[in-house]
Amino acid sequence: MLGEGILKGLAETAKNFAGSFVSAERLTTVEYPEQRIPTAENARVFPFLIYDGTDWEAGMRCVACQICEKECPPKCIYIEKSKDKKPDFVGKMQIYPAKFDIDVSVCMSCQICVEVCPFEAIKMDTEFELSTTDRFGGLLFDRKHLAKSNEYYHEIHPTEATEVDARLAEEKAKAEAKAKAATQAAAAKAGAPASGPAPGAAAPTAKAAEALPASKPAGGGE
Amino acid sequence: MTSSATDFALSAARQEGWNRPPVIEPDGEGELLELAMGPHHPSTHGVFRMDVALDGERVVRLKPVFGYLHRNHEKIAENTSYLASMPYTDRLDYFCSLTNNWAYALAVEKLVGQAVPERAEYLRVILAELTRIQNHASSIGFLLQEMGASGTPLMYAFREREKILDLFETLTGSRMMCNYMRFGGCRVDASPAWLDATRKVVAGIPEFVDEFERFLRTNEILMARTQGMGILRPELAVNAGVTGPMLRASGVNYDIRKVDHYGIYDRFKFRVPLGDHWDIYDRYMVRMLEMRESIGILEQALKEIPGGPVMDPKAKIRGFRPKPGEAYGRIEAPKGELGFYLISDGSPNPYRYRVRPPSLINLTILEDMCLGHNVADVVLIFGSVDIVLGEVDR
Repeated sequence: MLGEGILKGLAETAKNFAGSFVSAERLTTVEYPEQRIPTAENARVFPFLIYDGTDWEAGMRCVACQICEKECPPKCIYIEKSKDKKPDFVGKMQIYPAKFDIDVSVCMSCQICVEVCPFEAIKMDTEFELSTTDRFGGLLFDRKHLAKSNEYYHEIHPTEATEVDARLAEEKAKAEAKAKAATQAAAAKAGAPASGPAPGAAAPTAKAAEALPASKPAGGGE
Repeated sequence: MTSSATDFALSAARQEGWNRPPVIEPDGEGELLELAMGPHHPSTHGVFRMDVALDGERVVRLKPVFGYLHRNHEKIAENTSYLASMPYTDRLDYFCSLTNNWAYALAVEKLVGQAVPERAEYLRVILAELTRIQNHASSIGFLLQEMGASGTPLMYAFREREKILDLFETLTGSRMMCNYMRFGGCRVDASPAWLDATRKVVAGIPEFVDEFERFLRTNEILMARTQGMGILRPELAVNAGVTGPMLRASGVNYDIRKVDHYGIYDRFKFRVPLGDHWDIYDRYMVRMLEMRESIGILEQALKEIPGGPVMDPKAKIRGFRPKPGEAYGRIEAPKGELGFYLISDGSPNPYRYRVRPPSLINLTILEDMCLGHNVADVVLIFGSVDIVLGEVDR
């Protein structure tokens, strides 16, 4: 019969229409500004800079190595190195970014900066409501705007952040052990002619624990 | 070409008497009306222009005009590192970013002789087949949208696509611009929870395909407007370099998954649907059947996926400098053969980077398919080619 196919199709439409009242399968939309679907855990929108502790400037992990600036596909990162140095999370003196700007309007959320960063300093945010009325200044984020705490990172990417923390703690422990060994060696060298090895082993350990931030010359192995 | 090449019942719903063979006979009297369809025509899937010459309602000449969305993809890639081109490949065919990633990763892996871990290969197959399903579903939706079924089939297709995009978001972090594959594997591993969610979605797809078939397969309007329309003869299709569902709907058995066995496709059992009337209806049905075959591949892959790393530990991310040489990597993307041709001179940037886009090459025969048809049918024929302008213009 002519029109049979159309009627069969309309039966499907009717099923979907009636079904949308009872089954969530058939009604998949939400009213956006009021209702929100939670973002996926590893969603990525725009990068931010992580800092440890409470002071964003002192705790910033970035050491201005400029690898992300070089690797960024649309070249939206701009970094200026500092003249002076500040201690990083292990206590080693490092330069820091005097300027770190990212242009939101150019960034394409590809996550390559995160992948190439050797210091776990830049990560992806899940915040997507970035619109602003200021077309130029408002779309250029400086380092203060980009700085977010490690706690915030734990909040948005819990699994990933725990892995990163474990990796950093391992690194720190390694650096500490190295510094300790170096101070021990230095102390042993200095103390070897005067005293025996047994008391010398105990004293430098205590010394190393106190003088860890100042152990730059000894732990200087890059 | 005979229908015995396939054991698929492509023409089950075909009714005699519905076929309207195209008449190509411009009578030569009166003036031709020259019409520029596009670049802002709603049916052109973006910014594409067809310069059509009309005799009454019938098309006597058609010239596709490309280039409105040209973004300098190849030149940008020649000026950035190999890794930095990966997110740009997402933006070629933005419906299927994962297959674009795969084709590019395959070309670079060939260039440097990089092996890929087993689990990564399985993940690639799973993601590529999910991409194929969502691409075919939405392309059929768009085809019907252009036929005048405003909204309903497209929304049903998008509802299904949404589930697959949610999977992409959970795994790769982004719904469309996935940027997931790397040279020597994949960026992150899939969790068991993700694999379970995928199994659940895959189990639901056959129901959707069945519903879509009941919904449209025997629809009289659909049959009247697509059967016998836009015939592409197999000889012309082969000579013009047409690939993908377009070529298979013309009855030519050529699927790169079967021909090249790239990745691990030789392990999966699937059939290649072929058309035997070479028209729009066949292109529609070939896509429907390909979705069913993809479900089969997905089920096998999800059952067999092994454990292990997803990234070759020896693969380099920073300081990637291939030895001088050249490579061509190609895959069966949902729209046809997608290939990347790379020449390396030993520097961090490719010396030459060339994309072989299926959409552009499938479009070149548009005039041959459209001659003699009405303007309204040109929109349909164009829709059945299934293009994305991001890939045509690059």
